[in-house]
Amino acid sequence: MYDIMQQSLKENDIPRIQETLESVSGATDAARAPRMEALGLNAWYGKTQALFNVTLSIPRNKVLAIIGPSGCGKSTFLRSLNRMHEEVGGSIGGSILLDGEDIMDRDPVFLRRKVGMVFQKPNPFPTMTVAQNVVAGLKLNGMRDRKELARIAEENLKRVALWDEVKDVLHKPGSSLSGGQQQRLCIARTLAVEPEVILMDEPASALDPISTMKIEELIDELKKKYTIVIVTHNMQQAARISDFTAFFYMGKLIEVDKTAKIFTKPTHRQTEDYVTGSFG
Amino acid sequence: MPQSVNEHNDMPSGQQDKRPAARALSLRGMLRKNPGDLIFENVTRFFAFVVLSLVFLMVYEMSVQSWPSIRHFGFQFITSSEWDPVNDIYGALPFIYGTLFSSLGALLFAVPLSVGVAIFLSEIAPGWLEQPLSMLVELLAAIPSIVYGLFGIFVMVPWLQTDVQPFLIEEFGWMPLFEGAPYGFGMLAAILILTIMVLPIITSISRDVMRSIPDTQREAAMALGATRWEAIRIVLTGAKSGILSASLLGLGRAVGETMAVTMVIGNSADISLSVLNPAHTMASVLANEFAEATSQLYISSLIEIALLLFVMTLILNAIARAIVWRITRRFGATAA
Repeated sequence: MYDIMQQSLKENDIPRIQETLESVSGATDAARAPRMEALGLNAWYGKTQALFNVTLSIPRNKVLAIIGPSGCGKSTFLRSLNRMHEEVGGSIGGSILLDGEDIMDRDPVFLRRKVGMVFQKPNPFPTMTVAQNVVAGLKLNGMRDRKELARIAEENLKRVALWDEVKDVLHKPGSSLSGGQQQRLCIARTLAVEPEVILMDEPASALDPISTMKIEELIDELKKKYTIVIVTHNMQQAARISDFTAFFYMGKLIEVDKTAKIFTKPTHRQTEDYVTGSFG
Repeated sequence: MPQSVNEHNDMPSGQQDKRPAARALSLRGMLRKNPGDLIFENVTRFFAFVVLSLVFLMVYEMSVQSWPSIRHFGFQFITSSEWDPVNDIYGALPFIYGTLFSSLGALLFAVPLSVGVAIFLSEIAPGWLEQPLSMLVELLAAIPSIVYGLFGIFVMVPWLQTDVQPFLIEEFGWMPLFEGAPYGFGMLAAILILTIMVLPIITSISRDVMRSIPDTQREAAMALGATRWEAIRIVLTGAKSGILSASLLGLGRAVGETMAVTMVIGNSADISLSVLNPAHTMASVLANEFAEATSQLYISSLIEIALLLFVMTLILNAIARAIVWRITRRFGATAA
């Protein structure tokens, strides 16, 4: 475990997350160890390479934002973490560790129960009710106990602060809610499976400002229990909600550091140009 | 309170503003229209009107011509099973029964088969296989029904007679469904030929409905830890009503299918539970007997059957279209 970490320190020049973490908290080894790590990750769409040798640690119970211009590979990176990238015909080289274990050795079906995902467009199942949507994942896993399912639905709707808004329409289709409510419903659906990591692919980009704010508040709340990786186009959003920020450009990881540092005095010129709006 | 008064004042005045403006715009548009456009517009309007009046003309003619039979037999026409041209007594129940039996029987085989093919085409098959396979399935729909009929007579009926039916009689002869002698011609042959004939329409519509379900739905399922089959099941629940309407369209096709059915069903106006016995459908009795219908009442009765068949397919199609329309609207709204 630690060897790999050391190795990643040597291999790549981006170890600051760990240093910062250690300096910030006097946590134990286990708590300090990153939740997920990408080691020399390459990814392709057919013959086009989308990611080049990305090595990046994802710290536990923090929010890591991934920023960069369109086509920089940030979504590909995110979708590699739960192996969704492979479902659309992509391929992956290098390794990704979840709690020190290579996810390539795991059944993707089980991996995705540990590493949940929230998409850009809210995608509740339109044929299921609000309540059924929340527990859809559990039903897939074979849970049938109705009382228990109802309890879990309520619990997770409360966790995303949606319960008061939908408790009277639990039996209406999930798609009958507003866009912002649908996205929180999708987050509740992800939470219900009890993942450890939540990947978010521009979760607020299709939403209005008030819904966006609610999602951001929710993310802040969720990081107490979960490790969150969020891809965002919105740099103010990254600055507001993340603890760490990684900047991707042309399929390469340019820089990763504490968010405050990335936005105030980044090490790399390209990062500075991007966050100050000179390009991208 | 003052606010709401304001709103009330604003609303109607806003509407009043809009209407004259819109009218003025279209009026100006009319004046400015060039003569070519005007002619073109009216010619197409005429064509649309022709189609509409054809439908009404058909309904009108059929109603008028079947009037003697309607008046003579009344409601009994569809409840009586006596079809006796010699004594001029006509009851259409055997044909209605035969139509429903053969069509529903065909759906029983065709729906699972078609949905299976549609799942493969939409969710599983790689592109290079999907294209030619889809084309082949759609080609089945292009084969003239007389060709199916000949295939039925020369290939399927002998096979049923020598292999399938003796086996059914021996193993399941105790069930009323498989009672009787192995004629080959009969309900079973009609059901099987209809199964093949409705397969393309159910398959291609189911496939299109499944494809219309956005990938974000599949991804949502996958991201929750669904296996491939479970993700497909999610797609299927989304496509459920579309598959239902595809089945109804298939049913409409089966109900109206004439040539192939007439050639293999055995043509006998009996009501029987057994799939081995010869039967008749509404379409096949029309094809068989219109040439020999001599009395006024005979002709009128056949036309009444035609009217019933017309209404039946019209209703089936209307329901099916309405369902498809609702689905496309729903996914258009939530997933766009």
